[in-house]
Amino acid sequence: MLNPHEIQARLEHILPRVEKPGRYVGGEYNQVIKNWDSVQTHVALAFPDIYDIGVPNLGLAIFYESLNDRPDVLAERVYVPWLDMEAAMRSNEIPLYALESRHAVRDFDVLGITLPYETLFTNTLNLLDLSGIPVISANRSIHDPLVIAGGHATYNPEPMAPFIDAFVIGEGEEVIHEIVDLHQHWKGSGGNREELLYLLTQIPGVYVPRFYEPTYHPDGTFKSMNRLESSVPGTITKRIVGKLPPPPTRFIVPSIGVVHNRVAVEIMRGCTRGCRFCHAGMVNRPVRERSVDQILSTIQSALNQTGFEDIALLSLSSSDYTQIQTLVERISQEIASPHLTISLPSLRIESFSVDLLEQLRSSRQGGFTLAPEAATDRMRNIINKPIPSEQLLETARAIYSRGWQTIKLYFMIGHPSETLEDVAAIAELCQLVIAEGRKMIGRRASLNTGIATFVPKPHTPFQWVSCDTEEQINAKIRLLQQNLRGPGLKMNWTDPRETMLEAWLARGDRRMSAVILSAWQKGAKFDAWQDQHHDHLWLTAFEEHGLDPAFYTHRTRFLDEVFPWDHISPGVRKSYLLEEYQNSLQGILRGDCRQHCYACGILPAFTRLRRENPGNGWKCPEVGSAPSSSQTSPLLEREG
Amino acid sequence: MIRIRITYEKGEGMRYTGNLDMQMVWERTIRRAGLPLAYSQGFHPQPRIQQACPLPLGFLSLDEIVDVWLEMEEPDLECIRTAIQKASPASMIITRINLVDLRSPTLQTRVLSSLYQVTLLEPIPEADLETKIFSIQQAVTLPRERRGKTYDLRPLIEKLEVNSSIPQSFMVQLAAREGATGRPEEVLLVMGMDPFSTRITRMKTILMEVEI
Repeated sequence: MLNPHEIQARLEHILPRVEKPGRYVGGEYNQVIKNWDSVQTHVALAFPDIYDIGVPNLGLAIFYESLNDRPDVLAERVYVPWLDMEAAMRSNEIPLYALESRHAVRDFDVLGITLPYETLFTNTLNLLDLSGIPVISANRSIHDPLVIAGGHATYNPEPMAPFIDAFVIGEGEEVIHEIVDLHQHWKGSGGNREELLYLLTQIPGVYVPRFYEPTYHPDGTFKSMNRLESSVPGTITKRIVGKLPPPPTRFIVPSIGVVHNRVAVEIMRGCTRGCRFCHAGMVNRPVRERSVDQILSTIQSALNQTGFEDIALLSLSSSDYTQIQTLVERISQEIASPHLTISLPSLRIESFSVDLLEQLRSSRQGGFTLAPEAATDRMRNIINKPIPSEQLLETARAIYSRGWQTIKLYFMIGHPSETLEDVAAIAELCQLVIAEGRKMIGRRASLNTGIATFVPKPHTPFQWVSCDTEEQINAKIRLLQQNLRGPGLKMNWTDPRETMLEAWLARGDRRMSAVILSAWQKGAKFDAWQDQHHDHLWLTAFEEHGLDPAFYTHRTRFLDEVFPWDHISPGVRKSYLLEEYQNSLQGILRGDCRQHCYACGILPAFTRLRRENPGNGWKCPEVGSAPSSSQTSPLLEREG
Repeated sequence: MIRIRITYEKGEGMRYTGNLDMQMVWERTIRRAGLPLAYSQGFHPQPRIQQACPLPLGFLSLDEIVDVWLEMEEPDLECIRTAIQKASPASMIITRINLVDLRSPTLQTRVLSSLYQVTLLEPIPEADLETKIFSIQQAVTLPRERRGKTYDLRPLIEKLEVNSSIPQSFMVQLAAREGATGRPEEVLLVMGMDPFSTRITRMKTILMEVEI
């Protein structure tokens, strides 16, 4: 491997020749530079897309700050180069390097990769390859870093299993330190790689695919996940933190433009609404809130340390944050200024949301975003997101009449039980919304509609459901295009081919890894980029390995089917998801679980943590204080 | 309100931060320093920050100048300097801060020329370098075409000489007045060299002398 000086010297020749070279130099305010030789463990934190998209990632910001707070550890950042830079690096034999010290990624002890979505999989292989690290875990040696990955897409780790040494399932705030500690211990003992991998299986929440082997039925469906060592866990339950730790405040301040330049504060984790299509809503339970005081002091401190002009208060459902009114009032009194933009996404569709945003509004206002998802009561009952059309129209009236000119509405198409009437209703509802806008503010009113396509994600009540066919999706999009015309109306949609790719990757088993490897070898990368389509590469890769894409995406699963991801538990029970699936088939709604516990399984999975964190921090019922050996409380058995 | 003039060095880590992005870097630096940045009037108030002379992407500089307006009176310049240095990215070194009269003309209109040091990354014989420089010095005109317009580079070159202290390098001083700006890359192209295979540092921004 080249040393940092050699890398730097070669970079000076190629950087002037590539687009946006500022992506590849680091040096930003708040970057942490440590003496390489004075720390024990070197961790590279990687986002497998370009700098512009990776820098604002909140997950990596959390790890960067908390790892660098340790005197015995340094954490540096890695992003993948854009096509032009990749070509230049390959032809000049420059390995992928970390921005802070220019050390080659391969020189690090641990490479942590975040995988928030599936279309980063091929980039991950490219990242490993550019680093000079064998893409297949089994081919790595003691000279390669330990390659770990986590993030939402790893709740089904199987498609990436051969490429990643160990997956962290769930929230990484505590586990990352346990892994570093274990690595230090292992390194000190002079053990081999196999020993390290085995030791990792003993950390709760860590999945080391090397010790598991899938089997399949003759018809190709998944049969079982066999353990190759009896002492590794049969089920890997996700890790969570009982109490959300203080959020990061020393955000990297990029010296060039990136997608988001902002202070991002997670006000709450999890969601109690139970929308059946929502992966985040299922895997991030239980709901845990941060205190208003902690949020306020975080914002203040982060503003002082970054000088940013945007603040984003993040959660899956801002309106459900218990103290939302107090939070908004205090932010508008203590923090707001004409030069700050404060965003509060994921608001419920009700006029109270307009009251909230009005208090945070600055001179630089954008649109008002809402996600009704469906436009008929039938579909709303199926997906468990019941918002009457009248309520949306009333909210739209409030928005337009109080000074916003643009509303953005997000809808989802492509649930297999959705009819063309359900889709036509989306267009009709949008026409009613813009009509309200015109009544209120005339021609200035505009409505942007975003049409997403349903992907039946693992660990959701829809994991048994099939994807819509490409023809059907196209027909639905055409219908919307025809009916969503007119002044002030704009529509964005997802290319169905992109949706299919996401669905294959999300629902894949370990055999899918061969397809991913082939597709990447043929040149697939940047799959999340709309202008980087590799459809034919993927289809050829499927064919090469005798796999049928439709088997993964266009097949309603048997109720008793074993899924390739069943050995990974998000805490929510499969029986609960099945119950919710059956409710959806009958159009039965389920309410907000803050009002009534439906026994999803989170409390039995995390009884001890709940007991250690009593009170309102969690939105689940309290568990009895007496230590219970059964791990379940009578309350929870009632519905289970 | 006061107006301060900050002179600073732009180093390796900021080399690929362009002019527009520098505006944002300064805005955030001043805010991090806890100084009361002044904004323009109007519907979309903009921070009052004016840079002297755009530095092409990829150039280093020992002499960048920016004027910043602050909503304060009776400033302690030493305190301001410390606060700004502390709030700056590592590759931005503040070399001088002084007060400027609010009515003083804008910085941009006062820039006369820029002195650059060009270092070759792919070495050539020193004699060749001297020959190339000599032939430019002897030239009466150097017609060039840039973005579809023809112009004469020669009168924009105010000084051009081999840098005796550092091998493989030369100094060039180019006019940097509005409408008459010479670019070191153009000089390199005339010399038959690849501008991308050089390291260029602005050594000095030369301002018109005016009373303060």
